[in-house]
Amino acid sequence: MLNAERSMNNGRMIQHAINRRRLLRMERLRASTPEPGPVRAAADPPPAPKTPPKLSVRNLNFYYGKNQALVDNSIDIAGNQVTAIIGPSGCGKSTHIRIYNRIFELYRDQRAEGTVLLDGENILSPEVDVIELRRKVGMIFQKPTPFPLSIFENVAYGLRMHYRMSRNELSGRVEAALRQAALWDEVKDLLDRPGMALSGGQQQRLCIARAVAVEPEVILMDEPTAAIDPIATSKIEDLIEELEEKYTIVIVTHNMQQAARISDFTAFFYQGRIVEFGPTELIFTKPAMKQTEDYVTGRFG
Amino acid sequence: MIHRPALGRKLADRLVKVVSACGALLGILALAWILLVVIQKGAAAINWEFFLHRTLPTGEPGGGVGNAILGSALLVGLAVAFGVPIGLMVGVYLAEFGRETRLGAAVRFSANVMMGIPSIIVGLFVYTLIVVPTHTFSGWAGALALAILMLPVVARTTEDMLQLVPNALRESALALGSPRWKVTFHIVFRAAKVGLLTGVLLAIARISGETAPLLFTALNSPYWSTTLNGPVANLPVTIFNYAMSPYDDWVRLAWGASLLITVGVLALNISSRFILRRSSHE
Repeated sequence: MLNAERSMNNGRMIQHAINRRRLLRMERLRASTPEPGPVRAAADPPPAPKTPPKLSVRNLNFYYGKNQALVDNSIDIAGNQVTAIIGPSGCGKSTHIRIYNRIFELYRDQRAEGTVLLDGENILSPEVDVIELRRKVGMIFQKPTPFPLSIFENVAYGLRMHYRMSRNELSGRVEAALRQAALWDEVKDLLDRPGMALSGGQQQRLCIARAVAVEPEVILMDEPTAAIDPIATSKIEDLIEELEEKYTIVIVTHNMQQAARISDFTAFFYQGRIVEFGPTELIFTKPAMKQTEDYVTGRFG
Repeated sequence: MIHRPALGRKLADRLVKVVSACGALLGILALAWILLVVIQKGAAAINWEFFLHRTLPTGEPGGGVGNAILGSALLVGLAVAFGVPIGLMVGVYLAEFGRETRLGAAVRFSANVMMGIPSIIVGLFVYTLIVVPTHTFSGWAGALALAILMLPVVARTTEDMLQLVPNALRESALALGSPRWKVTFHIVFRAAKVGLLTGVLLAIARISGETAPLLFTALNSPYWSTTLNGPVANLPVTIFNYAMSPYDDWVRLAWGASLLITVGVLALNISSRFILRRSSHE
């Protein structure tokens, strides 16, 4: 009884989030954004989308030492869309996106096999310049991690690394990045203050500014609002919807309402496999798989 | 089940408390006593002459330990110039690159062994390595011996301090496309700088009173040292020589020099704690 009530309530909120999303999408369609075709369950071969996917993952396996954490992941991530990855703890969501920028290579015993094509180029190939890859594929982490530098220098760090520019141009680019991250008005007079002095939500937006400053194409977000209060979370969610215009976003989230609110596509992971992948609306209202339905209605996880 | 009488348990508890408190008190007492004696006997020797004059030969009244102060500063400074950069690099390798490698484990083990090696053995090692082939005691040899003593201390504290920096910070710098070495020197070092500075200060404190490694290397000299190619005056060996001499003014100078080293080491320890505490408040 209680459980049914809870899941009904949950369902209503998700429906509300999807309706809101649908409005946004229609607005955008009117501006005639090309839409890739919907992709159904992972077990079927994905039908060819109208525009080529930004990221195309095929038969991706991942190992922590001898433990296999991801099994035969295949997924197409559409450009300029938000793709959410949901699933219970330990199902491999974070592990999966940590392959897209090869950040897992920091750890000696971690290994990925398979192909991840970014605009047709396999990023797992040893010839790939990891530094350029990471400029193109930015990442936001669960805990905000400002560098032990001033607010200005936090954003300038990546710019200095990848581009040569005059002091003037640098300030301009830092300001533009902070504006994109909806942080400029709050910090414009504090640019010399340490980044650590900001609140948690501001720190996370500083990290987003830092990431967008180097003009990436894809932004990976690993539970970006898990350590942040609800008001700051809604600011970041609004921000994600704006960023979608320019970037391809892949977001791992534990919060299903968040996935419904902000994403166009949703992938449901379970025990290292992609159980189902498709338009967010379908995943939350008419999932093809029983496991997906159980998870999105709050029956487990 | 048999219950031990409550009295016995309480007594044992009380006993352990009292014994450990006594131990703690004895430890503090030893330091307080040393300080007291050194101040009492050394303070009388401290005057302008003590700092500005050189050590004089037997029979000549007066003199100071100015040349030994300068020589010690030279030797320690040179040891820091050799030992700190190399120690930092070893620590960087241990914490950043060789964390789970076999070479890393071997280096960490030998650093631990080196910290336990008696300093007199380091002195003898440098003696055979440098003093014997060059046929002369020298400042270079002394500085090298001190640098070798410093190296493992700096390496291990560097490793520990870098390991305290969360991996999330490394990942976020790498994720921006920063190469690994820039992550280490621009971000990780900055995050750990207070700890690194503390490690260096403590290593300086550790070597500034070392006598044994200097006995075979820098030896000592009654003159103002203008070159490191020959023996160099220094405080520890001067204390060693003067304290055991039969002349009252020499013994007084030895006490004064002891006070100087004790206060210096104490100041290094206190300032490193102060720096650490201030940064943890931020």
